[in-house]
Amino acid sequence: MRDVAIIGIGDTVFGELWDSSLRKIGIEAGIAAINDAGISGDDVDALYVGNMSAGKFIEQEHLAALIADYAGLTKNHIPATRVEAGGASGALALREGYLSVASGAYDIVVVGGAEKMTDVGDDEITKIQAAAIDQEWESVFGATLPSLYAMIARRYMHEYGATREQFASVPVKNHANAAKNPKAQYRKAIKPETVLNASMVADPLGMFDCSPNSDGAAAVVLAPMEIAKKYTDTPIKISGSGQASDTLALHQRRDILTMDATVHASRMALKQARREVKDIQVAEVNDNYSISEIIALEDIGFVEKGKGAEFSYSGQTMIGGKVAVNTSGGLKARGNPLGATGIAQAVEIVRQLRGEAGERQVDGATVGLTHNLGGSGSTALVHILEVA
Amino acid sequence: MGSIPRFWRENPSRYNLVGVKCNNCGRVFFPPREICPVCHRKSIGKMKPIHLSGKGSVYSYTVVEDTPEEFAMLKPYVLAMVEMEEGVKITSQLIDVKPEDVHIGMKVEAVLRKLGTEGSSGIIHYGYKFRPVNE
Amino acid sequence: MKTGIISYGAYIPRSRIEPAEIGRVWGVDGAARGKGLMVQRKSVPMPDEDTITISVQAARDMMRRANVNPEEIGAIFVGSESHPYAVKPTSTIVAEAIEAAPHMTAADYEFACKAGTAAIQTSMGLVGSGMMRYSVAIGADTSQGAPGDALEYTAAAGGAAFLIGTEKDRLIAEINHTYSFTTDTPDFWRREGQMYPSHGGRFTGEPAYFKHVITAGKTLMQRTGTKPEDYNHVILHQPNGKFPYRAGKMLGFTPDQLKYGILTPEIGNTYSGAVMLGLSSVLDVARPGDRVLMVAFGSGAGSDAFDITVTEHIEEFPREKGALIRQMIDNYTLIDYSTYAKYRGKIRMKE
Repeated sequence: MRDVAIIGIGDTVFGELWDSSLRKIGIEAGIAAINDAGISGDDVDALYVGNMSAGKFIEQEHLAALIADYAGLTKNHIPATRVEAGGASGALALREGYLSVASGAYDIVVVGGAEKMTDVGDDEITKIQAAAIDQEWESVFGATLPSLYAMIARRYMHEYGATREQFASVPVKNHANAAKNPKAQYRKAIKPETVLNASMVADPLGMFDCSPNSDGAAAVVLAPMEIAKKYTDTPIKISGSGQASDTLALHQRRDILTMDATVHASRMALKQARREVKDIQVAEVNDNYSISEIIALEDIGFVEKGKGAEFSYSGQTMIGGKVAVNTSGGLKARGNPLGATGIAQAVEIVRQLRGEAGERQVDGATVGLTHNLGGSGSTALVHILEVA
Repeated sequence: MGSIPRFWRENPSRYNLVGVKCNNCGRVFFPPREICPVCHRKSIGKMKPIHLSGKGSVYSYTVVEDTPEEFAMLKPYVLAMVEMEEGVKITSQLIDVKPEDVHIGMKVEAVLRKLGTEGSSGIIHYGYKFRPVNE
Repeated sequence: MKTGIISYGAYIPRSRIEPAEIGRVWGVDGAARGKGLMVQRKSVPMPDEDTITISVQAARDMMRRANVNPEEIGAIFVGSESHPYAVKPTSTIVAEAIEAAPHMTAADYEFACKAGTAAIQTSMGLVGSGMMRYSVAIGADTSQGAPGDALEYTAAAGGAAFLIGTEKDRLIAEINHTYSFTTDTPDFWRREGQMYPSHGGRFTGEPAYFKHVITAGKTLMQRTGTKPEDYNHVILHQPNGKFPYRAGKMLGFTPDQLKYGILTPEIGNTYSGAVMLGLSSVLDVARPGDRVLMVAFGSGAGSDAFDITVTEHIEEFPREKGALIRQMIDNYTLIDYSTYAKYRGKIRMKE
């Protein structure tokens, strides 16, 4: 398998984008990435699209054909594939695109992720997201995605004595970071009290422990390393790609306080990249809920099991800390348009590694990591990116 | 019409907690599975139905305040992950209990309750919920 | 062949509302109403409970106490005036929930408050004729009273299930005789499609309840050659707390004979569940040899009367495997009218 690089990136602002349809944001991100790569539409060999649930949000399936069409790529009748894995759809699309270039099947591949969530009401959105958990044995009985993570948080507090204050350090940090990100949904820092006093969603998780409903799209252009320098002076190598699955229902996991899928996916990616966790300087980690970032820090290996809450609370994951986590603002403050998130994470790491992260720049960052989860942890994807 | 067969075919498990036991390794699974995820091929033909006793204890729980519309009548409700006597865990609501009295380790038993309906003219769905055991 | 009861189970929902609270909303002295009706509080089902869940809970307790293979149950009949479906039987869902299905028959019964005892009589015929080994009769309801109406103070929820059979060494109570008195008397009714029932006011008293209960009780005792003092326990239908004591007196019984069988003062009128729960309450405390008279009344109208003798098998009967009536009566939570209205679907929700 040959080495693969990211030669172009693009993303929309994330938020409630009332004036934009899914087509519009998908194309916007795609065109931005193509321009950033300095290629033309005719150079694109294949398209991968990550999207969780356009079929329910906007009653549109067959998404890859739609995006290829509106991106003006159907003239060349390129292969277009839609990829789905709950909230990890974007990162899985990235992996599929990566594998297609690494295998030699294609050369220039555009991978986009997009989600238009706000065309339906909040109640509908909650129901649609619950399709990523077990419909028959969780949703039917009253479980929602946040309620499952709430049960994880409750058990975590029971076993490790963690507190809501410690959990709150995650959204507080991510909002502070997002305040420096012009593409973020929420660009305002918040205080811990705001998190602690927010109305409850499913206790112990309140509104500010949970990522928002968002519209948005992001895209990257992939190329084999051997020709990447033709297009850009700063190709970013995908040095490791890991993917893992686990049970659909949370209650069937080996241990609900460890996302085994994250453990396996990160080991797989690090092994391929010949890297250790201590080499990672900047990471975009799946923080759909405050507890998820904390558990992911442990599962990836930044800190040992049970110490994640304190690790976060003591500032080790801030810019300037041991590892800068979610400099984009994370899912919480940057936004979480489900299918786009995995790609947006890669876009942020590329910006960091290119030195283009402005006020959120992590000095001297050369190795980064992205981590994306589907459902309550049934799918995990981890990618290692580094300066070529 | 809603989805009638999809709910109807799960009734044995939803009404009577019918799971399955792998007679190769002795592990119990709920809901039933075709093959044992541990024994794989060795479990073919050895998976037998088993009735869970209905008794278990609370492994974790949450009070759901932001609920889907179809559960609005019960809001806020306690959602729990119950560890059954047989070792499997099941997710459902806790009833007949004040949220502040719920604790990890609390002993509970399964009862039949309405899970929901498909609107005012649709089918009514029944299934297990859990209530505290009178000690 | 004598038929009788092999096992029983019961369920009363946990919420209660008091007459004073109902009266408060409708501008009436509810406490006085309650006193007049001799009802202290009534049971209210949760939004996720209905006649089906109540019937299942009662039937499951009945099965837990019986040592019976559910596949040997030949019939299940559920009597109610609040079946969750107008068309789709409660009894088949109960049958699946106790795993008695599919080699059996089932049907739902309806006759105001005596639908459950009608099911007992049918069960007696089916097992007594040798057609099947066991038959289950359930009476359960989640009745509604119209807002502000007199019935709103008493219409309550609950149910009980009885396993009827003939095996002499298993019967905990033998049904010696049953007699019914049935007429077309429109004292209380509900038209198809209406949410709440209507009633004839004072017409529901003497020409309806009293005429049928007294006639049935007297005639049964004539046919069995018994006198009031022969009975240890008497269960009469109980739309409020007053009627059964008055009828009891008219039939020659003392309040003491009625005390275990009359539950309405503490839980309200559970309609098809009423005498069934009363009988469960009596069986919870009965001793071998106790003689029991039970007279149900259903508006429309009819009374089913039963003469029952408790056997020595009640001693080994594992009552503790199910919920006892006294425990369920005493274990409750009070709710206010707004919660009651919400639970009972009296608030108009968005479609």
